Amino acid sequence: MTELLKKMLRDMLLARAFEERAAEEYAKGNIGGFLHLYPGEEAVGVGVLHAAEPADYVVSTYREHVHALARGLSPGAVMAELFGRKDGCSGGMGGSMHLFDRERRFMGGYAIVGETFPVAIGIAYAIALRELPEAVICFFGDGAVNQGTFHESLNMAALWRLPVLFVCENNHYQIGTEIHRHSAVPEVHKRACAYHVPARRVDGMDVLAVYHASGEALAQVRAGNGPQLLEFETYRFRGHSMADAGHYRPRAEVQAYERRGDPIDVAMAEAGMDEAAAARIPADHVGRLAAQLGRDGHLDEEAFESMKAAVAAEVEAAVAFAENSPEPAMEDARAALDCNRHGEVLL
Amino acid sequence: MKNDACLYWQALNRALDAELAADDDVIVLGEDVGLYGGSYRVTEGLYARYGEWRVRDTPISESSFTGLGVGAALVGLRPVVEIMTINFALLALDAIINMAAKIPFMSGGQFPMPLVVRMPGGVARQLAAQHSQRLEQTLMNVPGLRIAVPATPQDAWWQLRQAIRSDEPIVVLEHELLYFSKGPLDEAAEAPPMHRAEVCRAGADLTIVTYSRMRELSLRAAAQLAEQGISAEVIDLRSLRPIDWETCLASLRKTHRLLVVEEDSRFAGAGAEVVATLAERAFFTLDQPPRRVAGEELPIAYNARLEAASIPSAPSIVAAAREICGQQPPEEKS
Ligand SMILES: Cc1ncc(C[n+]2csc(CCOP(=O)(O)OP(=O)(O)O)c2C)c(N)n1
Ligand SMILES: [Mg+2]
Repeated sequence: MTELLKKMLRDMLLARAFEERAAEEYAKGNIGGFLHLYPGEEAVGVGVLHAAEPADYVVSTYREHVHALARGLSPGAVMAELFGRKDGCSGGMGGSMHLFDRERRFMGGYAIVGETFPVAIGIAYAIALRELPEAVICFFGDGAVNQGTFHESLNMAALWRLPVLFVCENNHYQIGTEIHRHSAVPEVHKRACAYHVPARRVDGMDVLAVYHASGEALAQVRAGNGPQLLEFETYRFRGHSMADAGHYRPRAEVQAYERRGDPIDVAMAEAGMDEAAAARIPADHVGRLAAQLGRDGHLDEEAFESMKAAVAAEVEAAVAFAENSPEPAMEDARAALDCNRHGEVLL
Repeated sequence: MKNDACLYWQALNRALDAELAADDDVIVLGEDVGLYGGSYRVTEGLYARYGEWRVRDTPISESSFTGLGVGAALVGLRPVVEIMTINFALLALDAIINMAAKIPFMSGGQFPMPLVVRMPGGVARQLAAQHSQRLEQTLMNVPGLRIAVPATPQDAWWQLRQAIRSDEPIVVLEHELLYFSKGPLDEAAEAPPMHRAEVCRAGADLTIVTYSRMRELSLRAAAQLAEQGISAEVIDLRSLRPIDWETCLASLRKTHRLLVVEEDSRFAGAGAEVVATLAERAFFTLDQPPRRVAGEELPIAYNARLEAASIPSAPSIVAAAREICGQQPPEEKS
């Protein structure tokens, strides 16, 4: 378990460093468009995807960089996509909101809220038809559950016992609208009972809890018992996107989440870093961590620092890779659009 | 407030404010239009002034909140539905096309439809394929709908107010890159009919017909053409359904050459309708085959250079205009 935890902690550190760097590159003008970042929510993507098998499929939203990284896409390929370059995982055509990787079964980032549900059940339909031991992981936000596709897809998934794990990243906001102002039933997991889909709510700031809940749910899904839904309670530390400062959130609320714990600190605690060592680490929210620590001491200060350094180097290399990658040409765009691979005669 | 310079979003904001104040039946609804003040600030301040029943924040449920607008309009409210961007209107097309546009007709004329659906669209800055389109052609093909495409603060002010006061279903297509453009606004000036085109630059050699953000590029191109001895007349359609053919025909009788500039892709686009109808009606007036400068037949790439290369630019308009006027592009200076 400790090895796994260290890996997850490392992925979360990478996620945080990658996203903070993306924000810097956006400010420099190397990244454009809409950029939705993930700090605060790392435990969800990392925990869920560590519980997944390589044969599982992932369908994601526009806030998907970390899902892609946790799925094993290289930081260079993701950063190059954010830079709009040819070596990006979508060839520079998709950008931040549309990361795809066929090989890793990363079936795309979708920017129209509510699109992930039907795509996920379609893939799951094919799995069920072919009787394969695979699952589809379908990410969505709390705002997406008021889209008709959520209800329509849950119904079909339940009706035909499709192998989907529905993963709600409930960060309590749909851009500027707080969940109590957009949902009559703000407990997302409670909605699943309308379709007899087993569901529960889990602390999305605790990577171990996320990992265990996902593993159990995925086992059920793969066993052919139909879809499951997990609602992870989490919080985004930044605004909705780079265009949003998040001023609509009461200061006290943001502080409460910060006190409750940065998911990275929680992961460090679970990795068993000793109390004194943790206290010396100049991270943002370690105060809370100190109280929880002092167990096995598996992760000492030195190991932690070297993990951070490795992650920083990886992000640096990703940026260099992106910078050195060429821009795609118009012919690349035309080739991307053309899926006629068998020379079908059209005219 | 005469000839106040103002931003496009501010003109829309003032128009909404004026109509909310004038008529208790006017309501505004959409995602983040209330407390947040609108993604592009268009509804800023209105929630505080008119309260949550008149300025309603909705869940992400485009199909149903646009349909709600239809239902409310049936019983006499005058809803202004904001769809955050046109890309999400694809989810509301049933409400717009099958309900709003058809109920007056299907009911044998019993129910008017005082509904306005406003939304921005277009190619902005690297918003990628799902967020970079206009879709006007989809709506233009629907009998029963009216479509306004204001390109200036003055037109935004006039046309949004006219749309709210109209008893017919009207789509107001805004443009993401126009929200922060500046222009004069005279609130008291008398409005032209809502769908009348504007000749925004007079010329003698060719007529450039355009709309929305391409107005600005076409005017820029016309200025460059003037330096090269070509006098281009520029018409901003201001409306895509109905289209003011008379203004276009009057211009063609003078210039005998037609160039249509549109941002969205060419095939079966808005320009196709303009060219087809003007060719039908003015075939013998034209000296040259009409031409279109339009977007590429591609979804819009995230990559900034490809994005720019996918839509018209002032140089591409200039080049096409020179060609119809029988002039080759100027020699590259070496
Ligand atoms: C159909 C649709 N409507 C509106 C939007 C604009 N939009 C983008 S993200 C977002 C909020 C989504 O909130 P949530 O599902 O909770 O995800 P989060 O961003 O919080 O992760 C909205 C309204 C959109 N992309 N698609
Ligand atoms: Mg949310």
